[in-house]
Amino acid sequence: MVAAELLSQHFELGFTYTRSTGPVVGKFLTGLREGRVYGVRGSDGRVLVPPAEYDPLTGAALGEFVEVGQQGRLLSWCWVSEPREAHHLQQPFAWAMVQLDGADVAMIHYLEAPSAEAIRSGARVGISWAAEREGFITDIRCFTLLEGAAP
Amino acid sequence: MREIAVVAYSQSPCVADAGATNEVELIMPQLQAVYSQLGLASAQDVDFVCSGSCDYLQGAAFAFVAGVDALGAVPPIKESHVEMDAAWALYEAILKIRMGHADSALIYGFGKSSPGELPIVLSQRLDPYYLAPLWLDTVSLAALQARLLLDQDLVSERDMAAVVARSRRNAMDNPLAQLAGEFSIEELLAEEHFVAPLRRADCCPVSDGAAAMVIATVEQARAWGAPYARITGIDQRIENHNPCLRDLTDSVSTRQAAAAAGVHRGPVDVAEIYAPFSHQEILLTRALGLDDSTLVNPGGGVLAGNLMMASGLSRVGEVFRRIVDGKAGRGVAHATSGPCLQHNLVAVLEGA
Repeated sequence: MVAAELLSQHFELGFTYTRSTGPVVGKFLTGLREGRVYGVRGSDGRVLVPPAEYDPLTGAALGEFVEVGQQGRLLSWCWVSEPREAHHLQQPFAWAMVQLDGADVAMIHYLEAPSAEAIRSGARVGISWAAEREGFITDIRCFTLLEGAAP
Repeated sequence: MREIAVVAYSQSPCVADAGATNEVELIMPQLQAVYSQLGLASAQDVDFVCSGSCDYLQGAAFAFVAGVDALGAVPPIKESHVEMDAAWALYEAILKIRMGHADSALIYGFGKSSPGELPIVLSQRLDPYYLAPLWLDTVSLAALQARLLLDQDLVSERDMAAVVARSRRNAMDNPLAQLAGEFSIEELLAEEHFVAPLRRADCCPVSDGAAAMVIATVEQARAWGAPYARITGIDQRIENHNPCLRDLTDSVSTRQAAAAAGVHRGPVDVAEIYAPFSHQEILLTRALGLDDSTLVNPGGGVLAGNLMMASGLSRVGEVFRRIVDGKAGRGVAHATSGPCLQHNLVAVLEGA
């Protein structure tokens, strides 16, 4: 049997409109554009980064912003030895859960590192900013390991 | 409250690539199978139909509507859909029957995952501002969770390999399974890491297929004369969509759902746990409060074959089957949805 030729059609999946990101997500993304990282204080006093619009415990609207540090501690990581086409780093890299200094919860982003052996949980990492920032989460290009820092 | 029973169930084999077979063609054999178990002619013979699927797999809004072609919706039927695993379609159908709006319901779930890159497709269901733009895939998310468990000595890589070895062995008796065989823990640990700390065997395979089920009031089940298993408890709980705002080393929502469903009101002979990654089976077994007296995933579970949007319904179906086959008196089925076990459903089934 001869394999049937498959018909194909280009199709871009996406929104055909733009929308405001609102006062909470917008504050965070605008901060990234300026090279700053903002969290929001939750009802239990924890600083949540990236900020949540509504309190994870009570559901109340949140709005007390707190600027946090640009370095932090690696809470968890995994090593992607074969990056997928969609991934932003095309050399082997790690995904990282990073708790920034001044934040009480972690955030997930890329971690650029020479090898899995160079990484250990608890390591100090810092933000590497994108060359051009436009108010997206990708304004953080990735995290990188801070040399000589004790865990 | 009206007593509700599972009366029929069927699942397709889990295959890596269903080829040119489309979604409707995946669903139809399963519908025919449950009709024939009850002597029904078509969907016209039940009061309500509810399906579960994921439009992201087909990459088009309202793609699930095409699945209705498998039912033949003329003359008109009462029909609904959840953009979730069909275990939640079962939940909706149970509410419909409890409210007295139906005495019977057909539920089906389907997923043809092979045309896309499933871990990347599912990344687009994450938070649209903070996570989806990163293309954070499902395997990597699970690997971050596994690292937390390993770092805290809550699970070891050997424990994870033992889960895989048991799944593959159990699947040898399951003709619908995609992955089966005899593997030693040492053999599995000798494999290279995939997304470290996960090895490929720690991750469920990507599968195409469908499952269908019929539920009814116990009165209707008796009228049909088919063997049935009563659903004596069901509950579902969801946690924060941001994985970092949850304790990923536990599943609080599973604990809550298990308590509300009454898991511990009797012995649990069998448990079907929807754990797409090996460490999650250990975590969920603990969250469900199960011990060695419970047989877990006797058909290999989803590590042996994972039908997106149908595997949760199949967990309920597999417990039903063991009960009506006389192999278990009381069992627990678990379904999950979302990144790192965000949303969990627990059902308790008991013999007639």
